[in-house]
Amino acid sequence: MRKIADWGNYPVIEADVSGFDTADQLRRELEPPGEVIAFGNGRSYGDASLQKRMLLTRRFNKFLSFNEETGELCCQAGVLLSEILDVFVPRGWFLPVTPGTKQITIGGAIAADVHGKNHHVDGSFGQHVVSMDVMRNEGSIITCSPTENADFFKITVGGMGLSGIILSAAFKLRRIETAYIREETRRASNLDEIMDSFEASTDWTYSVAWIDCLAKGDAMGRSIMTRGEHATAGDLVNQARQSAPLKLKKGLKLDVPITLPNFALNPLSMKAFNVLYYNKTRPGTHQRVVDYNGFFYPLDAIDNWNRIYGKRGFTQYQFVIPKEAGRDGMRAILKRITDSGLGSFLAVLKLFGEQESFMSFPMAGYTLALDFPISVKAMELFKVLDAMVADYGGRLYLAKDSRMNAEMFEKTYPNADEFRQAIAMLNEGETKFASLQSKRIGITS
Amino acid sequence: MKNVLILGATSDMARAIAKKHAAEGWGLTLAARDPEALDPIASDIRIRSTVDIQTVPFDAKDFANHQNLYDSLDVKPDVVIACFGYMGDQDQARSDLGEIERTIAVNFTGMATMLSVVAADFERRGSGAIAAISSVAGDRGRQSNYVYGSAKAGLTAYLSGLRNRLAKKGVHVMTVKPGFARTKMTENLELPAALTASPEQIADAVFNGLEKKKNVVYTLWPWRYIMLIIRHIPEFIFKKMKM
Repeated sequence: MRKIADWGNYPVIEADVSGFDTADQLRRELEPPGEVIAFGNGRSYGDASLQKRMLLTRRFNKFLSFNEETGELCCQAGVLLSEILDVFVPRGWFLPVTPGTKQITIGGAIAADVHGKNHHVDGSFGQHVVSMDVMRNEGSIITCSPTENADFFKITVGGMGLSGIILSAAFKLRRIETAYIREETRRASNLDEIMDSFEASTDWTYSVAWIDCLAKGDAMGRSIMTRGEHATAGDLVNQARQSAPLKLKKGLKLDVPITLPNFALNPLSMKAFNVLYYNKTRPGTHQRVVDYNGFFYPLDAIDNWNRIYGKRGFTQYQFVIPKEAGRDGMRAILKRITDSGLGSFLAVLKLFGEQESFMSFPMAGYTLALDFPISVKAMELFKVLDAMVADYGGRLYLAKDSRMNAEMFEKTYPNADEFRQAIAMLNEGETKFASLQSKRIGITS
Repeated sequence: MKNVLILGATSDMARAIAKKHAAEGWGLTLAARDPEALDPIASDIRIRSTVDIQTVPFDAKDFANHQNLYDSLDVKPDVVIACFGYMGDQDQARSDLGEIERTIAVNFTGMATMLSVVAADFERRGSGAIAAISSVAGDRGRQSNYVYGSAKAGLTAYLSGLRNRLAKKGVHVMTVKPGFARTKMTENLELPAALTASPEQIADAVFNGLEKKKNVVYTLWPWRYIMLIIRHIPEFIFKKMKM
């Protein structure tokens, strides 16, 4: 038994954990009766990979094949995105889709069907999976793809690990000329401006905005829009970069060595951060070339940054609302958040593109993600926000969630019922794969 | 291309060490008892890098065969890293002769015989480096794991003597003491984060230690001081402690 938590350090549980190196070992782990859930690198925020028995996938992390012509990589599910980047960026390949951290496993990327700054162009990670092998409850291995065992594929992408344990997956990497991103940043002084900016940015591959969730009144929604394209060799002006366009120097690595006291983040320190951060970008448009780590993974440069929220832990409230509900909906919700004064400094806004998939989070519309230290007040606020999100036809991201109730899930995930039935059918009466989250939101009993 | 021979290449730590060397452009010779476990490890590293990789069967307890094994290598290594080890059940090892014998055979005798073979070649060539994974458990015998600990103490003494002998011959010998490691043996244990090294951290410490010709490496620095204190507790107090 050991204490374990996901990234938000809330909840923290006692669990029996074990890993595996081979499919045979995993099969033996599945033999004893009782529920289990796969746990990758612990970067989902809440309780989606927590359970009293957890199977650690990190050791199951071998590369199985790579096609130099097509860029198709097949690897075991415990491989981290960071490992793929370390190996393949120097050879001119990049991930098809990446979230804001590279410290997640391939299994987690598929189970949560993660998205990135290019969602409006390239969709979610699951859409790039060519095929995968999954171990089912009784130990058999099923190979599935959009065409082979398509129903099983459908409920596994975004299925939060409830259909089985993903063993390996094949997906295509994208060609890059350099390890750099041509980045453009500009300030938007309120919500309308940033939304205009998103709607005018659809021809950029990557777009995202940091939003000041403490600014009120006319300044509400003031933000910094960041857009980017993979830099070509011609975009590099620096000579050192030109001579080795795919090689990066080791960046500075920082660490938060201890869990900070709960009071370290308070309304004052957060307000100060937001004011400074917003004013760091001067009015107008700014262009520069940055390495991919700086563009995609700024927080990965600080090990254990989750410790700044103290022992109480934190949650990231991430919702999406349909584009039709967009401006008014986002304004109403944002007002509720700014009025509460509870939001912190890590708030991210993005416009998703169309998404057709069964259980995945994204939909054509606006998504906002922001961190809250765990508190009674925050929990009360979430209930109010849940009702608003549901009313606008939106939903919450399961990979971030640690507290929504079954009713909210039911209302906001249109395929909830069908998914529950499909999972029940796979289980044949005896639930094998379940997490604290799947029980809380009523997918498994 | 420089070549490193990794003995006992299927452990988490050895795999991380192999990956680190491959990433730094070293050719690999991976040796382990179980070829079925070794092959997927080798093919994984072949995809991750472009270095030459060979695999050879190696059994630490098959002492008589160590010379043959070394002679049969296609590429003679520039560096040898001995990662194999066996941590049995201490309760069983208190009275079970087979368990005692196995613990000592793998952790001490196998190390001594195999590294003696390597040392002879390196001494003749006048170059090379040897690293072996010993343990903080060998720094002082404690009731919780003294059979394993004494085998590792023997290894530590052996390495110290070997280092002394080969230092004048241009051959470097490095002793590695990892402390707690986050590996398959410890994944269900609650270990203090500041004292627990990941296999990747250990691999970096081994690689960098060899580059800098360190003699004794504690992969996480607090261990050096913890063990310093433990070694200096007077025996009349130590024998009454629960450790």
